[in-house]
Amino acid sequence: MNAVEYAKPQSIDDAIRALNNAPAGARVLAGGTDLLVQLRAGHVRPPVIVDLKGIAELRRIEVTATGFRIGAAVAGAELGEHAQFAAEWPGVTEAFHLIGSTQIQGRATMGGNLCNASPAADSVPALIAAGARCVIVGASGTREVAVEEVVSGPGKTTLAKGEFISEFLIARRQAHSGDAYLRFIPRTEMDIAVASAGVCLTLDDKGLCTAARVSLGAVAPTALLVADCAKALIGTSLDDAALAKLAAAASAACAPINDKRGTIEFRTKVAGVLARRAATIAAQRARGN
Amino acid sequence: MAKHHVTTTVNRQPVELLCDTSETLLDVLRDELGLTGSKEGCGSGDCGACSVLMDGRLVCACLVLAVEATGHEITTIEGIAEGNTLHPIQQQFLEDAALQCGICTPGFVVAAKALLDRNPDPTETEVRFWLAGNLCRCTGYDKIVRAVLTAAAKMREEAVHG
Repeated sequence: MNAVEYAKPQSIDDAIRALNNAPAGARVLAGGTDLLVQLRAGHVRPPVIVDLKGIAELRRIEVTATGFRIGAAVAGAELGEHAQFAAEWPGVTEAFHLIGSTQIQGRATMGGNLCNASPAADSVPALIAAGARCVIVGASGTREVAVEEVVSGPGKTTLAKGEFISEFLIARRQAHSGDAYLRFIPRTEMDIAVASAGVCLTLDDKGLCTAARVSLGAVAPTALLVADCAKALIGTSLDDAALAKLAAAASAACAPINDKRGTIEFRTKVAGVLARRAATIAAQRARGN
Repeated sequence: MAKHHVTTTVNRQPVELLCDTSETLLDVLRDELGLTGSKEGCGSGDCGACSVLMDGRLVCACLVLAVEATGHEITTIEGIAEGNTLHPIQQQFLEDAALQCGICTPGFVVAAKALLDRNPDPTETEVRFWLAGNLCRCTGYDKIVRAVLTAAAKMREEAVHG
């Protein structure tokens, strides 16, 4: 096996340069909880690994009047300890916390969870529901993209060669808004979602839903943002009829695979159940703030 | 290419070593530094037998490149006892016989220490969730969980009464 080079740039510009000058197959390293497993299994043989953890912007959480900026290489445990973010975005926080064990949380990052591009990535539906955007940097400049635009299929992203995500942008919690994320696994922890749902919604003073975003995971090649689910909720008081419509719209959007973890029928049914339950939790949270 | 020259701290001692990019922290702890307390169970972050602390944070040494340890403080199972005095968690594992084959034990002790450093009074549920990344194929976990809870109680007692 050829030796793998390692670079740890200290700035975004240096990282872009390192990736641009690298031969094909170079990989960026954030937490490494997916990359090191792929390296060991021989699934990837990158000529160069570019470690992004030396770049300050990728390692910090900033709170401004309008939003949170979360560095793409912030570890799950670090984000989980950010009390203000956890209070404003409990759904995103819980989703990220579901990724792996305590040990994995010590390393795993939001940028890595998104760019590993697993259809079952837990943080992704929650981020999509939250309307999160990411800052993508590269040799041709900086662009801002909605999270749902990043993954194009299992293991594939829309990032060009040499591009990487530097930060995630998430708004501050709006009044009467709440988010939630639920997944189904056959045990209580340390497993991969069989189906999952993230919901973020906003109520008016009378308790009518004025805005909603619903995202499903593990039921299609990428996490889905389902407009029909949002339509089922907006304008309603989130009564049983609206929640039944939501569940039906979620199931209708599913295009899952059959595998040992779940059948097509099971995933399709459970995605609707999870969307409904997540919407109920999000509504409780919205009423509480 | 040349090997990386890594300067790090392991169990409060400054350490310098040479490694290839593809070597993990676990590889160098065991093979270069002779710290064989950390075990390799799976090599993929599932079993927790290689649990170490990196700047006080619990990680799997098999999922950290050795070169990533540069400038960080690593604590392994060998750094948990104070000289010849076992850490209360280690002592309790012995007293409660919270192990059988022992392969998972170093990882459990390091993980439990990381928990009690943050939360000196965890519930049983909190202990079980925190330790979910440490697999034991012998004991059924019950003795391990009870040992951690008892060690925590003794450490709290010690903190109050000295």
